[in-house]
Amino acid sequence: MQFLEFNPAQDFRLLLLALFLPLAGYVIQIFVGRHLPRRGDWLLIGGMFVTMCITVLMFAKSLYAAYHGVEFRWHSGDDANLWFHWLYSSAQAAGGTENMVAGIFYDPLGAAMLAAVGVVSFCIHLFSSGYMQGDKRYHIFFANLSLFTFAMLGLVLADNILFLFVFWEVMGLMSYLLIGHFAHDQGSGFHGWATWASKKAFMTTRVGDVCLLVGILMFHHHFHTFRFTELWEAARQAVAANAGVFPSWMTVAGLFVFGGTVGKSSQFPLHIWLPDAMAGPTPVSAMIHAATMVAAGVFLLGRMYPLMSPEALTVVTVVGAFTALMAASIGITAWDLKAVLAWSTISQLGFMVAAIGLGSVTAGLFHMVTHAFFKACLFLSAGSVIHGCHHEQDMRLMGGLWRKMPITFACMLTCTLAIAGIPLFSGFYSKDMILMAGYERLLEPEHSGGTALFATLALSAAACMTAFYMFRMIFLTFFGEFRGGEQGGMYKAELVAHGRGGYIVYHDDLGKPQHSGDLRLHAHGHGAHGHDDHGHGGHAQAHVPHESPLNITLALAVLAFFGLFGGHFWLLQGDPLLHHSKPWFVQAVSESKLYGAEVGEWLAPEPIGEAAVQAAEQLEHSAHSSALYTSLFVATSGIALAFLLYFLRRTWAPRIASALGLLYRTVRDRYYMDELVRVTVIRPSFALASFSAAFDRVVVDGLVNLAGRTGRGLGFFSAWFDRTFVDGAVNGVGAVTQVFSSAVRLLQSGRVQQYAAFAVAGGLLAAVWLILL
Amino acid sequence: MGLEAYVAVSAALFALGIVCILVRRNVLYVLMGIEMILNAANINFVAFNRFGSGGIDGQMMAVFVIILAAAEAAVALAIVLNVFYLFHSVKPSAADFLRE
Repeated sequence: MQFLEFNPAQDFRLLLLALFLPLAGYVIQIFVGRHLPRRGDWLLIGGMFVTMCITVLMFAKSLYAAYHGVEFRWHSGDDANLWFHWLYSSAQAAGGTENMVAGIFYDPLGAAMLAAVGVVSFCIHLFSSGYMQGDKRYHIFFANLSLFTFAMLGLVLADNILFLFVFWEVMGLMSYLLIGHFAHDQGSGFHGWATWASKKAFMTTRVGDVCLLVGILMFHHHFHTFRFTELWEAARQAVAANAGVFPSWMTVAGLFVFGGTVGKSSQFPLHIWLPDAMAGPTPVSAMIHAATMVAAGVFLLGRMYPLMSPEALTVVTVVGAFTALMAASIGITAWDLKAVLAWSTISQLGFMVAAIGLGSVTAGLFHMVTHAFFKACLFLSAGSVIHGCHHEQDMRLMGGLWRKMPITFACMLTCTLAIAGIPLFSGFYSKDMILMAGYERLLEPEHSGGTALFATLALSAAACMTAFYMFRMIFLTFFGEFRGGEQGGMYKAELVAHGRGGYIVYHDDLGKPQHSGDLRLHAHGHGAHGHDDHGHGGHAQAHVPHESPLNITLALAVLAFFGLFGGHFWLLQGDPLLHHSKPWFVQAVSESKLYGAEVGEWLAPEPIGEAAVQAAEQLEHSAHSSALYTSLFVATSGIALAFLLYFLRRTWAPRIASALGLLYRTVRDRYYMDELVRVTVIRPSFALASFSAAFDRVVVDGLVNLAGRTGRGLGFFSAWFDRTFVDGAVNGVGAVTQVFSSAVRLLQSGRVQQYAAFAVAGGLLAAVWLILL
Repeated sequence: MGLEAYVAVSAALFALGIVCILVRRNVLYVLMGIEMILNAANINFVAFNRFGSGGIDGQMMAVFVIILAAAEAAVALAIVLNVFYLFHSVKPSAADFLRE
């Protein structure tokens, strides 16, 4: 097992290789991808495969170290040769804290995250080679995916928050480009929506990014460093110097940093961009929802956790728990297959954020990793279903697909069980830990309070809803009779007649409201079917759903495997269920392993004394059993309810919906958040813009025009004076000369004989004068 | 015959020469007019020498003038030739570039 030993000098090179392979792939693909065979996808998939192998190897090393009790936490700054001196002033010695020196920071969390990014990204690349076949901008799509992966890998490996921010912004840009992938394809039917959604995603996350930058600068202003390790230590010392209480500025700065998470991880109230991000191609949705982008926000929170004051964490908890509950409730009402998954992502992100707010940073990060696998699998399965159903996304037009797409169904069911929190599946372990964190808070006398109660109740309810809407999706999509295709025509027409609720209303460039669903109906109508554009023609029966090709199902199978086993490895120390050992993540990642021994001890102090140890054990045990019972109960009840409403008694669900009336419509229309934002932010912004445009036009332009007109008037006068007086004087001289010369001119006839005659006459005159006088 | 007769012939020849220069429409006649004026002068030279101081000064001067006239005629004819080439005309009124 020597290759699993921790070896910084070699690991450093491997990590750099893993980081820069996608970047190199991006550069090659951008310049020559168009001319390569298969438009270069094999190049990027191959590069991503190498990256995945490296990340998985590094992850294996971290697990190996964790199970052998070896510290696996490595900062390239420990060896001065492995630093990248980016910017430093000569006034400071090289490596001084004021200088921006970038390095690689690698710890168990980074290892887990990196492996998740590597595996998921590889699977998405593989999936895209089937799903995006025939796309006009196929090579650009792959290039962007690769750069997206590069940004996420860089973000995970950054050893200071400034570089994290740089990669964070690169990711924002890539999300813009990828969500707007169809914006360049006028004929795709997604054109308007994609344009709008990419702008929305970019602008909304920008709000969070500005907050994050402010937070970073506040911390730098006080601690004079960007590096995580130094920030954590500085925070510990600052709190110790302040008699164990967080200084109030740290609460403010922590909330600003959390603002970045709210934007990137789409927490309330900046969650509005994520559901629209499904305007991009399905692999992009998988990428954004699983491995990159939204995970970055939670990852940031994990990295900055020691800097968050209890007050800030309260806000984090409430926002996270509220988001989890709200998004789950909207997910129940969504009809679009991808929209259900989008809302479930927001809800799960709420779980992670709430867990970190509740003080269990490991639970939140664990859920982030398991979620990355099963959500990627779910999205890609949804993509496979959409692909198989010829780009129909409405679950009301699906049904009975399990017979036609067995592999997709198996993968999707596996991951749905994982997200619903069924024991043995990965999601169960992480979600159980989050609920346990809530119960620990609730049962602990000194921390118990409204926040913990709210968080525990909201998260339990959200977990129940998660199980419900995920199985609603499964039953609607894979069971019952098939409602799409030719026989779905009437059903489709009925949907149009009754209004297709639950669709996204967006505003096109002219400000006219558009329905994404209606657009799709046009784009994929019966006659002009968009299917052949997407490459796998040659079907006799164009409307019959079919299983997807091998590269798609292979990617699904890999992800489903991780979705199943991502929560527990019994490879090393036995089955956690049988031996009551903790999941691998808890073994590999803990506060002291994440933040170093000193900071870890400060964050999660070990109980001292017999009684305290026993009390802690007692607390953990009761929290654990409460969480276990709760999560089992909510998961089974949610699934049972879905089974009842969408399998046994299918007519009940519409009746319940109409009975709820206004409540149902409010939830279905996303609590009118988009409308609220339009009224409170977008309209005032536009009003401000038109006011300043008017101000510009009237006042500023007026002043400029006034100056111009004055100059013009003066110029006219000056020109007139010039013409009249100056030119007049000059012309006068000329005219006078001309008058005189015209008389003299007559003499100059040019005729020699005339001149001779004058000469003779002159001579005669002279003679006369001489003779007579 | 006295001196007056010679001078009268000379004056008449001179006047004819002047008129010829002024009124003829052909450059060659103008040149002939010049020759007449020169010869009027020659008559005067010879006549005044005969009725004046004696010797042959007048005759010598006349010979010089004749030589001069020959040279002048050569140059003038060359000019006329060039004028003809330039204006395709032998009219003195045609060559009026000096007017400009």
